[in-house]
Amino acid sequence: MAQSLTHGEMTLPADWRDLFALTKPRVMSLVVFTALCGLLAAPGHVHPVLGFSSILAITLGAGASGALNQWYEAALDAKMKRTASRPLPAGRLAPQAALHFGVGLAAFSVFLMLFAANWQAAALLTISILFYVFVYTMWLKPRTPQNIVIGGAAGAFPPLIGWVAATGSIAPLPIMLFLLIFLWTPPHFWALALFVRSDYAAAGIPMMPVVAGEQSTRRQILFYALIMAAAAIAPWPLGYTGALYGWAATLLSALFLLLSVRVGLRQTDAGDTMQPEKRLFGYSVAYLFLIFTAVVIDHMWAL
Amino acid sequence: MTDDPTPEPFDEAEYRRRQRSRANLMAWILGGLALLFFLITMARMVR
Repeated sequence: MAQSLTHGEMTLPADWRDLFALTKPRVMSLVVFTALCGLLAAPGHVHPVLGFSSILAITLGAGASGALNQWYEAALDAKMKRTASRPLPAGRLAPQAALHFGVGLAAFSVFLMLFAANWQAAALLTISILFYVFVYTMWLKPRTPQNIVIGGAAGAFPPLIGWVAATGSIAPLPIMLFLLIFLWTPPHFWALALFVRSDYAAAGIPMMPVVAGEQSTRRQILFYALIMAAAAIAPWPLGYTGALYGWAATLLSALFLLLSVRVGLRQTDAGDTMQPEKRLFGYSVAYLFLIFTAVVIDHMWAL
Repeated sequence: MTDDPTPEPFDEAEYRRRQRSRANLMAWILGGLALLFFLITMARMVR
């Protein structure tokens, strides 16, 4: 394995905890969960070993993307309070070790998916990793405030990959789940960006509140929350899910909208504690967990 | 970044500890993967 910090002629091997932290474990939990829901909501039976291996492949692919993202953004992370203690900016890990770890993990995840599921799922996993690293991290994020709007596609892949791993084909429901995460991403990240705005400004990342200002960001949060709610409920009237999901999506999305309205129509003064924004950010994570749980329960209910 | 790492005296014990913990972890991961690949092969054969 790669080595890290140099002390004279000797080197200390990288601690495995730092390599684990490189995979962004907290982000990974949402990825794993939505991928699992995509797999469980798919029609037909998946062998438990193959299902587990497919989810493991998606998990490792997401971890690889996180590691490569941290490798590329180490200098930016060092400028932000929220990320300065990560292994690379804190100097606990050598950049080359992170790069080797990320590339190796990415290649292995695709191979595992190919072996355990099918080439279609392996191809989608490859596209999602490449999209996150090259399109989002390297191209969009440092250049445009639309970075997380377009880059949100990378985080939307897991349920689609889970479904394709189970069935070998794409269907309307996983595309709608993809769309749901895609539209959920802007209000989720912009709520965060509103209360860590100074961090992003210090690092020179053109997040929406930094470039377009707070009021414009608030209006856009509201806009995306509205179309996200419509996309969340849409599978029910279109006949891809049952009433159980429909009602759950309606209630959960109504609460999301309510919190977004509070954020969207508000003006803040200096020293504001940004409680509504923090509440929306926290709820947005719970929302995704709950709505994907509803997709699976609705599917099981119908069997 | 690591261009200018914090100067610390080299710690032999820490070096050995990290080496041992990584070797143990690697053994578990490789063992787990061997088992997983065996189970995947079995699952594909009965599918």
